[in-house]
Amino acid sequence: MAKSVLIDLTHCIGCRGCQIACKEWNERSVKKTTMNGNFTNPKELNSECFTHIRYVEQELNGAPVWSFVKNQCLHCKNPACASVCPVAALKKTKEGPVTYDFSRCIGCRYCMLACPFYIPKYEWEKALPWIRKCTFCSDRVSADIVPACVKVCPTNTMFYGEYNDVVKEANNRITKNPGKYVNHIYGKDEAGGTSWMYISGVPFETLGFNMDIPKQELPDLTWAYIRKIPAVIGVVLAAGAVAWAITRRNKNMDKEE
Amino acid sequence: MKSQHEIKMWTPTTLLLLLFMAAGLVIIIYRLMAGLGAVTNLNDRFPWGLWIGLDVLGGVAMAAGGFLVAGAVYILNMKKYKPIARAAILNAFFGYLLAAIAISLDIGVPYRIWHPIIMWQIHSIMWVVAIHVVLYTSTLATESSPMFFEKLRMEWAANVVHKILVPVVLFGVLLSLLHQSSLGAVYLIVPKKLSSFWYNSQLPTLFLASAIMMGLSMVSLETIISGKAFKHNIDIGILSGLARGTMIAAIVYLAMKLWFLAKGPGISALFNGTMEANMYLLEMIIGVIIPLFLLLMKNARENITSIFLINILVISGILLNRLNVAIFGLYRDASARGASYFPTWMEFVVTLAFISFAIFGFKLSAKYLRVFPEAEAQH
Repeated sequence: MAKSVLIDLTHCIGCRGCQIACKEWNERSVKKTTMNGNFTNPKELNSECFTHIRYVEQELNGAPVWSFVKNQCLHCKNPACASVCPVAALKKTKEGPVTYDFSRCIGCRYCMLACPFYIPKYEWEKALPWIRKCTFCSDRVSADIVPACVKVCPTNTMFYGEYNDVVKEANNRITKNPGKYVNHIYGKDEAGGTSWMYISGVPFETLGFNMDIPKQELPDLTWAYIRKIPAVIGVVLAAGAVAWAITRRNKNMDKEE
Repeated sequence: MKSQHEIKMWTPTTLLLLLFMAAGLVIIIYRLMAGLGAVTNLNDRFPWGLWIGLDVLGGVAMAAGGFLVAGAVYILNMKKYKPIARAAILNAFFGYLLAAIAISLDIGVPYRIWHPIIMWQIHSIMWVVAIHVVLYTSTLATESSPMFFEKLRMEWAANVVHKILVPVVLFGVLLSLLHQSSLGAVYLIVPKKLSSFWYNSQLPTLFLASAIMMGLSMVSLETIISGKAFKHNIDIGILSGLARGTMIAAIVYLAMKLWFLAKGPGISALFNGTMEANMYLLEMIIGVIIPLFLLLMKNARENITSIFLINILVISGILLNRLNVAIFGLYRDASARGASYFPTWMEFVVTLAFISFAIFGFKLSAKYLRVFPEAEAQH
């Protein structure tokens, strides 16, 4: 059944082991980066970087707080990117990962527009570019091996398992440790639910999470339009034929007069 | 009127068009070799830019005149518009051809443009749009083919097309209604990314209504310009008929826009001074409010100068609407982490080249094909 991962941000120490393991397993190269005022490097995910740690320094209740936020594709349960892909290059597999098949891709980049998390990245510098994003190590997961980033994490920041077990674990941790976590599982309802979820000790909005993500499954929005098309075809053809018949008859009557 | 052979080919305007086309071609070749990153300012947070916003969304809306006039003449038997039918259809054909070329260049792997035809994914609006472009461009080619057959002295082929013209036109009307609205439906998937000034559940209907305004204005504008250029009589009855159509579409469009403005950000948000509010105001004042104000006056609908002005306003305003949906409306959300987008000069030049190609193509057709058979008959 569908695999899922819980990221417990209270565990993360910001070692970036996941970033390196991801690069190795997915055979990613590097892009030149520059200093940008904090430890986040690269500043944003890109076509060579499927996961990175965002470092957030802030003051909460008078005390300095340093947080480390692992970023990657959230692998929505009903992903907008896969639903908008005109050639089904992106697919949600039954094991959980949202996978990509370059041999189908035409490069329209609608997936990049549709993703509420801005996850799919593009190889802008190439003549024949791929869409690139976290694969949820679909090759490993389908062989029942944990993803590379989960495997390498020294502090068990990530809890990997069946979707229902992962949600149960998240609820358990929040209820059994009063005061340790904010009462929100990020990804449980966002975009209609994602396979990767977060729990955190500090409010998500202070960590750069977008809290304004729709709670519904986004593909429903476009399907509401597409499913009406057959009816529209019938109505327009019928109305057109009737209109033509009537106006032609009128024309013929004019002639007779 | 001048006979078509007297249309001068090598005017300074033509040379300028050719210059733009040549410059565009060089950049297109460079884009194919070096990729989109080398030519455009597109980036991971702004995956679509000027080419999609103006060339594709704008170009397709401009082509709406083709199905409206064809439907009026061949389905509703409104004979009055027969003299402009060929021009409107040919214009739409060039519009779609351009949109198709623009899409082919904008996608990352141009030689796979045919993939949607065999790799179906019926949940994707992009797939729906792709199929429509293929089918409707073929339909427009069929509708305008008699002109070419006449030129090639293949009267039998022109006769075959004439026999099946009514069902072909009806098919074209159907495809257009669906395609124009589908382009709006593309943005249904971004409820929070797209500013609530433009996002709402009726985006498809709004795209259709504004495309009708734009299409009719475009046909009217082109009738005026080609009338002047080729010195044939401009039938003011046709122009005021088109203006009335634009007026009706504009009333429906304005009512819907106001309804969704009130439901979404609220009327008062119009004056909050944000970039979105200002762009929305600009688009509505240019494209809808001023034109509608003029159109509601009967004598403005019967005067070539005012109709000309109205057409320019409607076309500019609706083009701005497409740019707002494709770029400005998405700007705030996409630029949250410091990303930005402004087209490169190369993106502008390619866009200019596309427009030049359409004008040049139409001019060639007017010279060598019988685009205005009725006007010639008057002569």
